[in-house]
Amino acid sequence: MSTEDTVNYHILMKGELDGFVKKLAKKMKVCAPVAKGHNNYAFEEVTSASEISMDYIPTILPPKKYFMPPREKMLDFDLSGGKPQDKAVLENEPLAVFAVHTCDLAGIQCLNMVFSERPRDYNYLLRKENIFIIGLECNKYCDGNASCALVGNHYPNGGYDLFFTDIGDKWVIHVNTQKGEELVENMGLAKTSSADMVALDKVREGKKHTFQNEIGVDPKALPGIFAKGVDSKVWHDVGAKCVSCGNCTNVCPTCYCFDMSDTINLDLKTGSRNRTWDSCQFETFATVAGGENFREERANRQRHRFYRKFKYPLDKFYRSFCTGCGRCTRTCMAKINLKDTLKALAAEHK
Amino acid sequence: MTENIHIENSNWKLRKGQIIAAKQMTATEKWFDIKLEDGDLDHEPGQFVQVELYGVGEAPISVCSSPTKRGSFELTVRSAGRLTKHMHSMGKGDWLGIRGPFGKPFPVKLMTGNDLLFVAGGLGIAPLRSLINYVMDNRREFGKVDILLGCKTPTDMLFGEEIREWQKRLDVNFSCTVDRTAPDWTGNVGLITSLIPGVTINPEKTFGVVVGPPIMYKFVIAELLKKNLPERQIILSLERHMKCGMGKCGHCQIDHPKNYYCCKDGPTFTYEEVKESKKL
Repeated sequence: MSTEDTVNYHILMKGELDGFVKKLAKKMKVCAPVAKGHNNYAFEEVTSASEISMDYIPTILPPKKYFMPPREKMLDFDLSGGKPQDKAVLENEPLAVFAVHTCDLAGIQCLNMVFSERPRDYNYLLRKENIFIIGLECNKYCDGNASCALVGNHYPNGGYDLFFTDIGDKWVIHVNTQKGEELVENMGLAKTSSADMVALDKVREGKKHTFQNEIGVDPKALPGIFAKGVDSKVWHDVGAKCVSCGNCTNVCPTCYCFDMSDTINLDLKTGSRNRTWDSCQFETFATVAGGENFREERANRQRHRFYRKFKYPLDKFYRSFCTGCGRCTRTCMAKINLKDTLKALAAEHK
Repeated sequence: MTENIHIENSNWKLRKGQIIAAKQMTATEKWFDIKLEDGDLDHEPGQFVQVELYGVGEAPISVCSSPTKRGSFELTVRSAGRLTKHMHSMGKGDWLGIRGPFGKPFPVKLMTGNDLLFVAGGLGIAPLRSLINYVMDNRREFGKVDILLGCKTPTDMLFGEEIREWQKRLDVNFSCTVDRTAPDWTGNVGLITSLIPGVTINPEKTFGVVVGPPIMYKFVIAELLKKNLPERQIILSLERHMKCGMGKCGHCQIDHPKNYYCCKDGPTFTYEEVKESKKL
């Protein structure tokens, strides 16, 4: 690799991580994966490296929660006068999300596309600008539920300011943005040596063997399989298991469906209009005021979820909205398995 | 350089509308005339607005007046849920929040120079009235106009005074039927599909515009296809739960290979566009 190619690469020794996190935490709130026991992890605010799990399986909730909070205020209103007054608001603070896996970086990129499509969502767009993103490469699978290689998310595809790759006793940091460059310069991080770059190449090369298509179905064939599979038995099988709890959509890094509702304060004069996460798995999600429910059966609702990952977004955004993180499978109380569902669908519609 | 955007321009901000007239039309439907403080709604026939009742929430409601009527716009609201029930308690002078207009309107430009067959069932007359009145105000631009209306009972009929005007007009053929009759009813009794065979249609140059409850579409469309009306000249306005109006919240998405959002890609569609839908 030529020196020109290494210009955007720096290194951080493993022993220096604590200093890095502490310095970063002085500038802004830092959120990183923290072990919560029973092999569960969550992105939480940290102030030192000792709190962070650098070796973690995907967190219970994806970083989506920082970009599109589970509940956020969109409008404040005041009804004390004759005519109501309202004001659009943004709840926002500068934030760094640290150690984001490539699957979750892809998830954020999907959300970026959705909310920058017109009419644009200013709350999302403004909040996104205030979040500094530091990615972390997976050198091996987190667990058997992941399917990142199927959707090509086991390697970084942009979407970060800085990106960490473990090469043994240190991390190679790829600098992707001017903001990232300013930070590494400010921290005084050394540039990579040619040996570091060789080590990085070796990690990437090794991953070609470690990560393999997890379902043995050509991803290019999936849109065709889904096009044929609308009335597949698979959906009835999945629907028969599903309990409509909505866990799968809550933990999905690309599920963004929402509900809007008003809250009145105790003064009965002021209040707010709020956005909360919703789920297409809930029974009344597609019910209209007149009572008609356009997705009454659980089978239809589960099918809808899968089509919103593997079919619709491919037509609209040219990308899979399944990031391969495996969260829906891990969290499902009814043991609905994404990889098994895809395999069964593919077997039926070869 | 980062784009300089401001939250004050949020698409969630509300326009303020004041009710300038209101009238209970039937036991379940109330009509409202609303004036926006910042000018005309400037909608097109077939579009809808999101109505915010501060503290209660928001609901999508079809505009039932024609854009040719300036200064204010009209909504006909059925008391069906929490929000619409609350709206029925509102009257002249009350304020509400408005977002919109939203949605793809009826293709009025394409309809110019064609015969029109309007088929309305129940509350479907509300969105269709925005188009019918538009056509009445531009009557010369269109060919033969037939209006078929179906209601449950004679007392459920909306816009009675206006309908009597349509019945009098020589440039409009109006027929009406009720599912269940009443003592003073002298008109047709039966489903709306029974009126279609009696209409003369030139399939080459007719647009059929059908708006009604989901159950009605299948049967009315079958009748129109029997008349050889091309699929793309059958226009529908579909009902879904449109929460955001911006193609994002996910509630109104139609189970169709094209991934339509009813609020943005519709609510008006040609039958050709949506015939593969699991439900109309």
